[in-house]
Amino acid sequence: MSEEKKLFKPDSYRVTIDNITIDVEPGTTILNAARQIGGDVTPPAMCYYSKLQGSGGKCRTCLVEVAAGSAADPRPIPKLVASCRTNVMDGMVVKNITSERVLDARAGVVEFLLINHPLDCPICDQAGECHLQDLSYEHGKEGTRYEFKRRTFEKEDIGPYIQLHMTRCILCYRCTYVADQLTDNRAHGILDRGDHAEISTYISKAIDNDFSGNMIDVCPVGALTDKTFRFKNRVWFTKPVDAHRDCDKCCGKVTLWQRGDDVLRVTARKDEWGEVQSYARPDDKGGGNQPGWICNDCRFHKKKTSDWVIDGLTNINRHSVISQGKYPGLVMPNETIAEVMSGRDPKLLMDIHSVSDVNSVELGSLPGAATSNIFEKKDQ
Amino acid sequence: MGRKLLLDKVNVPGIREYEVYRREGGYRSVEKALKTMSPDAVTEEVKKSGLRGRGGAGFPTGMKWGLLAKPEGVPRYLVVNADESEPGTFKDRYLMEYIPHLLIEGIITSSYAIGSNRSYIYIRGEFAWIVDILEQAITEAKNNGWLGKNILGSGFDCEIYVQRGAGAYICGEETALLESLEGKRGNPRIKPPFPAVKGLWDCPTVVNNVETIAAVVPIINDGGEEYAKMGIGKSTGTKLISACGNIKKPGVYEIDMTISVEEFIYSDEYCGGIANGRKLKACIPGGSSVPVLPANLLLTTAKGEKRMMTYESLADGGFATGTMMGSGGFIVLDDTQCVVKHTYTLARFYRHESCGQCSPCREGTGWMEKILLNIENGKGKMSDIDLLWDIQRKVEGNTICPLGDAAAWPVAAAIRHFRDEFEWHVNNPEDCLRRNYGLAGYADPVPPTPKGELAGA
Repeated sequence: MSEEKKLFKPDSYRVTIDNITIDVEPGTTILNAARQIGGDVTPPAMCYYSKLQGSGGKCRTCLVEVAAGSAADPRPIPKLVASCRTNVMDGMVVKNITSERVLDARAGVVEFLLINHPLDCPICDQAGECHLQDLSYEHGKEGTRYEFKRRTFEKEDIGPYIQLHMTRCILCYRCTYVADQLTDNRAHGILDRGDHAEISTYISKAIDNDFSGNMIDVCPVGALTDKTFRFKNRVWFTKPVDAHRDCDKCCGKVTLWQRGDDVLRVTARKDEWGEVQSYARPDDKGGGNQPGWICNDCRFHKKKTSDWVIDGLTNINRHSVISQGKYPGLVMPNETIAEVMSGRDPKLLMDIHSVSDVNSVELGSLPGAATSNIFEKKDQ
Repeated sequence: MGRKLLLDKVNVPGIREYEVYRREGGYRSVEKALKTMSPDAVTEEVKKSGLRGRGGAGFPTGMKWGLLAKPEGVPRYLVVNADESEPGTFKDRYLMEYIPHLLIEGIITSSYAIGSNRSYIYIRGEFAWIVDILEQAITEAKNNGWLGKNILGSGFDCEIYVQRGAGAYICGEETALLESLEGKRGNPRIKPPFPAVKGLWDCPTVVNNVETIAAVVPIINDGGEEYAKMGIGKSTGTKLISACGNIKKPGVYEIDMTISVEEFIYSDEYCGGIANGRKLKACIPGGSSVPVLPANLLLTTAKGEKRMMTYESLADGGFATGTMMGSGGFIVLDDTQCVVKHTYTLARFYRHESCGQCSPCREGTGWMEKILLNIENGKGKMSDIDLLWDIQRKVEGNTICPLGDAAAWPVAAAIRHFRDEFEWHVNNPEDCLRRNYGLAGYADPVPPTPKGELAGA
């Protein structure tokens, strides 16, 4: 049988993840093999970033069980392995969501990540596009068992465009890899160790180079935020459109986050894993697989629609809160308690609908920021 | 009296100096290896000796050297791990301080075996004065032709460099040590690749403990088979044990691995019994990161056999009723010690020393420390004990390096064997601040020493 397989697809490794078999190239990691399958089989990854060399292995959310090491040596690996840094072998059998051990360990990791993370998503700028938020929805528990004071830090401006809020950081090290691999003279890194480790510059230096803004894009949480966008809007009220311009420093392919005709924010285009998309370079150097990092000029200074050529709407996953209000014609959810609870109508202390017309306003279609004036009060 | 291999000359006056060391038969192994043996023959001799890594994991040294990748044109390195920071372990410090030439001699012979022309001693930053001792020993060895180019006309070059760490426990983990040696932040690397394939500056590297390298000297002098005759089973040769805690005679002892734990604690040759006529309550036989054992399980295994000071016997029964040889930091607790406080102290250490790279260890160690502090101060709840157990379970095995395991095992063992003491702390929040739980169920199986003998001690 193995002869047939080699005939069918030479030089490939056959790996089974959660009972789904796929042929991948040698040297692929388990995580990337699972991403090729897609769906629930893909382990979550908070620190791994395929475009950053050396990233991964730190957050431990992508742990999987290897039930058989390879066809040649079908012994299982006793410990759970980090799928982002473990290469597949031919005949490897991996268990992700079919393994109780993995789910248990992953729930533990999510709990560890959250014990010192402030649970103030409503006032966090990253809400709606936060990987940790997604992770805790999918794999976390509803309550916390942590009863102590959380670790907090002062907010810090690192450079003119980026604000660092270390309290939210999960120490994925992605931003240090960006600084190492995209920019010259890395000015920031990890200070201290253990649970008092922090990302910082040494000593209070400004990060100032043309590609530093990409740190914001790779940050999975709200630790590094764009100072030109901070608190201007919630991401789900903005409309993402793909656009491009001729830039001599970068690929110039971006996503504009618009509200009406205003460009509120510019980011790199992201793929379905939240990573920067790859393109072929126009001069055809480096193959067709160059990550589309964008320069600070495009990101922070080109905030007019006239600066850009619009390519079309960005494809946003329908499960994302960002897509809310962007799909006209969808059925709105049932509004009254009686409708939701199929006829039963318990008496509530306060019903939001009697106070405000929250659900009657299409927030996504507002031209500007939402203010209290646009909600009609019922008793007025 | 057991036979000593490493420390038999340690009491010779002036053994720190080259002339005395040479007169006492030093550097014979280098002569023998370089003049009469091929590098592979040296490795073969170490394999025959059955020497196991003395740093804690007990991996067979000969096998480690045999696994070293040997690509053409790529240098290979020997790195000696002298970053001895495990609480309770101080054997390497003693060895390097009192008989430094033994280590230098071992490094030259080992470097010859694995083909390393540049070898490094990565020493803990706090051992500042030992750096001077080692530097002097290296200079003396160099002046007498044991280091440098073309040693003894064999065509083999070797240089030894001493690199000081900055006092981080995590840099004792081999890949973190290599990172630190390269001048980077001491974060453990993700394995594989192992250092034997990609180590220092991406070259094949062997990282060995000080004691392991020193043990190569008697192996080459007397032959691997001779060395393997000492000890029981796979625990061959001698082991340095640094005994501390509530014993009469703390210090570094060299044991051949044939004696029982009971003999080690109570015999006058070694620890000399529990200090102040108290009773034995518990013991950590291998440095702070191995599981603690109560007295009854320490002296006899769960099967009722006598527990011996060997790798296998100490690990008998797995973690349920056994422990590990570890790095040989023998910490004895008497009946006045509080296991909860003791566990808290260890948890605080691991929290402080976690590198913060991977999340279970970074967050889990801090969480365990806080809960243990609460229990110790009488503010704990009964559910905290189960929570602690759950946390350690989720930290263990899910981290990049063994520090997560090392932080989880003491907590797990303390709860496993001393749960009633934790519960007593929860149930008697005021009492636990004033007095200790005492011996309780972990009765000392050995009767206390008679009064008369005590007076003489």
